[in-house]
Amino acid sequence: MWMSVEVNGHIYEREVTEHWTLLRFLREDLELTGTKDGCSAGECGDCTVMLNGEAVNACMVLAAEADGATVETIEAEAAKGELSEIQAAFARNYAVQCGYCTAGMVMSVRELLRHNPKPTVAEIKEGIEGNLCRCTGYQQIIEAVLDVSGQITNETRGGLKYV
Amino acid sequence: MSDTTTSSVATRVGDSVQRVDDTAKLTGGAMYASDLVFAGMLHAQVKKSPHARAKIVAINTSKAENLPGVHAVLTGKELNYRIGLYVADKDILAKDAVRHFGEAVAAVAAESLDIASRAVDLIDVEYEVLPPVLSQMDALDESSPLVHPDLGSYDYVKASFSPQPGTNIPNITKIRKGDIDAGFAEAKWIIEREYTNPSVQHVPLETHVAIVEWKAGDEVTIWSSAQSPFTLRDLFCRAFKLPHNKVRVVIPHVGGAFGGKAGIHLEPLLACLSRKAGGRPVKFQATREEEFSLLPCRSALTYRIKTGVDADGRITAQKLLMYWDSGAYADYAVNVTRASAYSAGGPYDIPNAWVDAYTIYTNKPWGTAYRGFGHVEFFWGLERHMELVAQVIGMDPLEFRKKNLLKPGSTTLTGERINEHTGNPLKCLEAAAKAINYGRLTPEEEERQARTGRRIGKGIATLHKAPAMPSFTTTAAVIKMNSDGSVVVNIALTEIGQGTATVVAQMAADRLRFPVSLVKVAVERDTDKDPFDWQTVASKGLLLTGNAVIAACDDLLRQAYSDAAQVLRAQTADLDHDAERIFIMQRPEESVTFAALSIGYVYPNGNGIGGPLIGLGRYTAQGLTSLDKETGQGLPALDWTYGAHGVIAEVDPETGEYKVIKIASAFDVGKVINPGTMRGQCIGGMIQGLGTAQCESYIYDGHGHLLNPSLTDNKILTSKDLPEEIECIAVETPQLDGPFGARGVGEHPMISVAPALANAIHDATGAELTHMPVRFEDVWRAIHNKQPIDTWVTKAPAV
Repeated sequence: MWMSVEVNGHIYEREVTEHWTLLRFLREDLELTGTKDGCSAGECGDCTVMLNGEAVNACMVLAAEADGATVETIEAEAAKGELSEIQAAFARNYAVQCGYCTAGMVMSVRELLRHNPKPTVAEIKEGIEGNLCRCTGYQQIIEAVLDVSGQITNETRGGLKYV
Repeated sequence: MSDTTTSSVATRVGDSVQRVDDTAKLTGGAMYASDLVFAGMLHAQVKKSPHARAKIVAINTSKAENLPGVHAVLTGKELNYRIGLYVADKDILAKDAVRHFGEAVAAVAAESLDIASRAVDLIDVEYEVLPPVLSQMDALDESSPLVHPDLGSYDYVKASFSPQPGTNIPNITKIRKGDIDAGFAEAKWIIEREYTNPSVQHVPLETHVAIVEWKAGDEVTIWSSAQSPFTLRDLFCRAFKLPHNKVRVVIPHVGGAFGGKAGIHLEPLLACLSRKAGGRPVKFQATREEEFSLLPCRSALTYRIKTGVDADGRITAQKLLMYWDSGAYADYAVNVTRASAYSAGGPYDIPNAWVDAYTIYTNKPWGTAYRGFGHVEFFWGLERHMELVAQVIGMDPLEFRKKNLLKPGSTTLTGERINEHTGNPLKCLEAAAKAINYGRLTPEEEERQARTGRRIGKGIATLHKAPAMPSFTTTAAVIKMNSDGSVVVNIALTEIGQGTATVVAQMAADRLRFPVSLVKVAVERDTDKDPFDWQTVASKGLLLTGNAVIAACDDLLRQAYSDAAQVLRAQTADLDHDAERIFIMQRPEESVTFAALSIGYVYPNGNGIGGPLIGLGRYTAQGLTSLDKETGQGLPALDWTYGAHGVIAEVDPETGEYKVIKIASAFDVGKVINPGTMRGQCIGGMIQGLGTAQCESYIYDGHGHLLNPSLTDNKILTSKDLPEEIECIAVETPQLDGPFGARGVGEHPMISVAPALANAIHDATGAELTHMPVRFEDVWRAIHNKQPIDTWVTKAPAV
């Protein structure tokens, strides 16, 4: 079907394969490969993007459902090449390792902070529960969210202990 | 140059430098193999066996071949190549028989993924289904079917492995130390017990993916998510009998690996499809389901431990029998067996030891390397056993461990003498115990217990591991100066998330006395352009590559000093440098910049001298030996990293439900290169260890069908499953041959988490857990089905 969708501020008009997911459309048609595919089954959260301002698993949405919609992906997060506050907090807190879950994780954090600017640790855990990470053990991601929401100082920042 | 001159440039080793790869990964700009697309690229799909063991009677591919858009269809019949890391036992596609559920029997390359999927559906395979052997213990039985009847004809690495033709055993590793019979005779108690764990999945978020192009003239290029570019190239060239200079392997960013991407996987199949399709590049990425059974897993283990203890609580003898389930192919499992065997007693002083470690074929997806390389599995049994032995002899488990820990002067199972530089397991154990207030409940914990009705318990466990690698493992680094005085480091050690690029940049910066911002570690790995590295495995990267990087920096500085000496009319001994220039020590105003020297120095009259500054560093593991095949004696360990975990758990004694309140872990890393990345790697490993401890497991039906190949049915931990508190502790006993004193810690955080948890649950409830993972129902069962303790005691002092 023919569709028109705004992605990261650009209008794209395309013939889209009916059974394609939004994830395949973004990655394969628009070549926006920052959004990753970890399971294609809505289990891992790697492909989280903003659809009309709400975080969704792009593998669980048909591309056709995005007709007329606004989509934002990780490629739009660093405006003019500067890391966003969320991204900078991730970098500061070592919240990135292999990086494959990072795009989806940043999207989910953005969604969380939009609804809840100062989340508790329990709320952060709830907010990123749908995003699997196999490298970090989540702890430094949680610390990054506390940091970006102004709830961490150099004194309370998690650190390595030496004996 | 002077090593003693104080420099104004801050030391970069030991600082929390931000990761050098985080901007690319945070903005979506980092390209992974799964993101790559090439002109003319075809997509592959694989036809997989629905049976665990069957004869292939016939395969009809004609309908698939006739589907428009299909460019190549392959079955095993036309492929006569054997692949295998240590034992060449695997065909690229199953030929006459399938040996595990999910095994590849045919493949297609087509213009789109959708066409390839349709084509695979059109392939008809006729099977004669046979009864599989699913348990490694059954596979030892003489009446068991043979998974590889031709085992005797396979090539294998003879220096290290011992296949037993006519059986299901591709390797036995033996260790003999002291006099086992005398040791048991001396013992006052003998306690014997068996511990088990199932196969599990690595679950990298990026599944295995590769693109291979086999062009005319046998020019092969492989882009892959593999961990080990040079080993991949070597195995590929051996299988196809191609010269190494015909095959190029490129590794872009890798989305997690954990050992599962070491060795060789899909690349040979894609290469054959590309060749058949006229040289077009062919891409395949495993689905999450395929990741579980088309690709390998971690081996299951049955570990039988018999321990003799004297009246003082000292271990006098230990007989250790390991039965490793390698699944259908030997792959890394034979080496997991070997590495586990020489490490099998843990960081304890065991005067008399006997280890028989068997690798055993079964009709299941095959086992490969997984973070810990056997140690996560066998430390489950070992550190549970230490707990149970302590209980039998009536000694506190911490005291029992401390009494038996390795100390300077002790010898390992293979006869290596431990010294004060090897590392400090006692300090790790004491730090972990202290961090959880081991042995008592705090007033807050007492209050919590009273309030919730749940029991709080505390457990500890030790760990050690040395890199499992050939005795002659070697690596190299090249450092090239740009004309502005910045440098690029080329290595073939891959960045798979562990932070290699960052710590290499720090070590190079520190050695050069440059700021880290002047050091770039090249992102892609490319066997045509990068210097050799064996593999990115075994927690050996930091030590070996770190030393090579230091040597490369020194080589570059030597060249720069030599050229500067000529320019400044000075002896090199009179020179010193900072981040920008080389100067005469006595008259620092007389200097020449690195930039001016970087690609050859030019005199005012136009004369040029010197040339591009390119440093080369090499490093080979020092003094290691092969192990004697009959006694296992020798020097296999590059270094030993020791560690310990403390866990506080809260258990509902009625239901067996539990929660991890705290995990605190300490590792003797020699020297922390980067506290931020080390803590991240450790916490990541500790949580991966809790996943394996609490819930991860392959589940098969009686026919060998895998029942849970998804992230819904094979859960890994989410953010909501984290302990309330996580603490990571560094111990720094410098490694004499480590770069800046450092040793690796990549795998260790995951080892022994499971027994520390089970020991805490045991402490809270008395549950005698012997199987991992520890699910709630297992705790409930163990609480309600306690066996009399003397079931396991074969010798005890008369009362």
